Amino acid sequence: MRVNFTVNGRPQEADDVWEGESLLYVLRERMGLPGSKNACEQGECGSCTVRLDGLPVCACLVAAGQVEGRDVVTVEGLADFAEQRAERGGCGADGSEGSAPADGTAGSATCGTSLQRAQRWQAGGTDSRTGEGGDLSPIQQAFIDAGAVQCGFCTPGLLVTADEMLERNPSPSDADIREALSGNLCRCTGYEKILDAVRLAAARQSEAV
Amino acid sequence: MATTGTPTDITQGSRTRGGIGESTLRPDGILKVTGEFAYSSDMWHEDMLWGHTLRSTVAHAEIRSIDTAEALATPGVYAVLTYDDLPAEVKRYGLEFQDTPVLAHGKVRHHGEPVAIVAADHPETARRAAAKIRIDYADLPVVTDEASATAEGAPLVHEHRDDHHAEHVPHPNIVHRQPIVRGDAAGAAARADVVVSGEYVFGMQDQAFLGPESGLAVPGEDGGVDLYVATQWLHSDLRQIAPVLGLPEDKVRMTLSGVGGAFGGREDLSMQIHACLLALRTGKPVKIVYNRFESFFGHVHRHPAKLWYEHGATREGKLTHMKCRIVLDGGAYASASPAVVGNASSLSVGPYAVEDVDIEALALYTNNPPCGAMRGFGAVQACFAYEAQMDKLAAGLDMDPVEFRRLNAMEQGTLLPTGQRVDSPAPVAELLRRVKARPMPPERQWLAAGEAADVRALPGGLSNTTHGEGVVRGVGYAVGLKNVGFSEGFDDYSTARVRMEVINGEPVATVHTAMAEVGQGGVTVHAQIARTELGVAQVTIQPADTRVGSAGSTSASRQTYVTGGAIKNTCEHVREKVLEIGRARFGTYHPAWATAELLLESGKVVTDGGEVLADLVDVLEGESVDLELEWRHRPTQAFDLRTGQGNGHVQYSFAAHRAVVEVDTELGLVKVVELAVAQDVGKALNPLSVLGQIQGGTTQGLGVAVMEEIIVDPKTAKVRNPSFTDYLIPTILDTPTIPVDVLELADEHAPYGLRGIGEAPTLSSTPAVLAAIRNATGLELNRTPVRPEHLTGT
Repeated sequence: MRVNFTVNGRPQEADDVWEGESLLYVLRERMGLPGSKNACEQGECGSCTVRLDGLPVCACLVAAGQVEGRDVVTVEGLADFAEQRAERGGCGADGSEGSAPADGTAGSATCGTSLQRAQRWQAGGTDSRTGEGGDLSPIQQAFIDAGAVQCGFCTPGLLVTADEMLERNPSPSDADIREALSGNLCRCTGYEKILDAVRLAAARQSEAV
Repeated sequence: MATTGTPTDITQGSRTRGGIGESTLRPDGILKVTGEFAYSSDMWHEDMLWGHTLRSTVAHAEIRSIDTAEALATPGVYAVLTYDDLPAEVKRYGLEFQDTPVLAHGKVRHHGEPVAIVAADHPETARRAAAKIRIDYADLPVVTDEASATAEGAPLVHEHRDDHHAEHVPHPNIVHRQPIVRGDAAGAAARADVVVSGEYVFGMQDQAFLGPESGLAVPGEDGGVDLYVATQWLHSDLRQIAPVLGLPEDKVRMTLSGVGGAFGGREDLSMQIHACLLALRTGKPVKIVYNRFESFFGHVHRHPAKLWYEHGATREGKLTHMKCRIVLDGGAYASASPAVVGNASSLSVGPYAVEDVDIEALALYTNNPPCGAMRGFGAVQACFAYEAQMDKLAAGLDMDPVEFRRLNAMEQGTLLPTGQRVDSPAPVAELLRRVKARPMPPERQWLAAGEAADVRALPGGLSNTTHGEGVVRGVGYAVGLKNVGFSEGFDDYSTARVRMEVINGEPVATVHTAMAEVGQGGVTVHAQIARTELGVAQVTIQPADTRVGSAGSTSASRQTYVTGGAIKNTCEHVREKVLEIGRARFGTYHPAWATAELLLESGKVVTDGGEVLADLVDVLEGESVDLELEWRHRPTQAFDLRTGQGNGHVQYSFAAHRAVVEVDTELGLVKVVELAVAQDVGKALNPLSVLGQIQGGTTQGLGVAVMEEIIVDPKTAKVRNPSFTDYLIPTILDTPTIPVDVLELADEHAPYGLRGIGEAPTLSSTPAVLAAIRNATGLELNRTPVRPEHLTGT
């Protein structure tokens, strides 16, 4: 079958897709976007986390046919995505999609990326296939600075998950961070530096506002 | 980072930024956070095929027939290979004994053993074709433990052993046995006021690295093959691969591709030979990527163990003697079992001074999954047992467990049971003092946020099983002793090639080694070493491949030491050559060229007094220096096969843990609240990486304490839980805060005084958590992992 969808702001078409193929396989083997990782392929490790119409999902659990007409953001497009979000004034700033709760908790937050916002987002000047030419998003930079990257296989999934969490909840508590990242396994770091990285990104984000 | 002790003397080149001692960032960091870093499973080639392995569904069986006709006839299938298709005389491989068939021949010896391989144009085609291969198995009885393996008439896992240990073991189903006898344990026992004994069981742990076994083999025009693969030791792979392919080693060209973690699980071959065979047969590039299910069958695991220990102590709290017997289950093939036995026996006393010992360690051949290297390598199992014994002795003497350990702590100069003197700092008592002195985490911290309990911080977490009723706290301590590098007389060398030249008006050093970067950060510290030694800002680390000499394995905490040492040594020789060039060019302009001690710093040649003599750019203009040299650490000796005596180890590393746990005694759920570590690292070449290694190792020890175990059915020897749904590794919710206290007591025998870091924290983490759970519940708990039923008696 043929699947048409948008990846990192750019329309894509995949031909000869088997019914059983996952979104992860299509991204990695057909689109040339291997950034989403294939660690367990059963939705347990979170290494393949991408955003599908704004929501974080395990790409290995999404059948390729399900993404017809929808929008996908992978780690390769994360920097661009974050930059465009910042240009719009960050989470909830345009008023049309709710605002962060006053107490800063995740709770009933409605400032995640909506379908409309995800669809409005277009590929920028950089090459969204490789990410070349773009700067890093705050969460990407924080992972490097905090030493949260070792083997790095879990990193893309963690970055997509953490970026989405910070979008909903710009000042998370440690318990909030742990809860949000609990679907992403890491075998190298012991998670301490990953916590540091998310705290760092949150702090830098709040300074920037 | 808190540091104390003898500061390591680092003077040369330390004024060049990004040198050793700084938390330089990873050179591969940007690629890894943007998704561009090419892991072995990301390899792609035009016109590429996919390989798939058909694995045994039974543990021990005669193969009566294999029918591949239907699989081969499947559209899209290019090749189906079995044992009969192997092209060379050599059809087996192995790290220490060549006992592992590339594809099963005549019989299978464990569940998941490779039997046939398929290449097809889509991975699903390959899987479906493999499912059409018909194998007629005739089940054979399985041996799964010491009793069944050594019983009279027990089936032999390997009927014809030709390895060099065969004549030294009491039964053919024993891979290797190492006794260690020193002093008079029986006599010393008579002096003991308290004697304690225990039987301990350590479950089968998996490395569970996230990046699956994978790689790409590309056939070459010369009849050779190029292999891009994730491994821990390129040259060890090469030595095993080439003979099976019937090719000389120079026709098997190996390049390391991105490695998603290893922890010992990539020391043995997995898909390497299979991919090469399929590529050479089809004439097309072949990629193999294991899924998680197959990964659990594709690598060896940590040896599960049974350990019997007896210790005695005087009323004053001094150890009198230790007796132990350690039985490791090596599974169906030898892998690294002999070396694991050497470690388990020689480190079985732990970091304590005991004169009189009677030790026996052995590894079995069984029909269980093969076991081999994993972080901690034989020392982990022993540490679990001897630390439980220390707590028992302290309780028997009514002493504080930390005080009891301190009274018996090894020091510099203490003899190991092998008779080897520990000739570098051994700050065991100090490490324990530090973790004990650390402030305790607040009690009942789930209440800290407000009136209602934050269930996320309670045992059971978001499952919301308790609001704090029935939750009790416990505290436990443990300390461990690990050797660094390869032991027992192994020629443990590394090779480094270093080139220095001017590129675009800048002095640049290029470092080429075959070291496998598996995530630990070797590439970072190797660049730091080159910057320090050569005084340049620009250092390029070339991809690891087999065009340069062997770097040895990324195992046993040895790469910063050994390949780092090789880079340091080669850089020193390069520096001399650079200074020779400088003397020839500029020596007549300044007498210091001939008389002073000269250094390279910040792109300049300077005297030890700080006077600048020349810019490196001017010295090197039009010239380059290029050297490839091997480097070795001090030699070690094999252990005597009867007495266990011998200077077998080159270096030691020490870590201590304090675990604080909270246990829901009604449901048997454990929440580890904090795991504090103190570790001596000799010299922290990159403090940030040091912390990452210590915290990561600690978490793997936590995993085996409370959740990680490959469960093998004792009747059928079949693996029950080969998935991340059923084999649990700690999530960020299971992992507590891990404060780290780092000591830097230089080992004068090591480059910069450094010590291997990565393994020691895996040792003591597990017994500390167990001790804390015992402290909370009052239960004996002699097995790991602890499961709810062990805590509730159900």
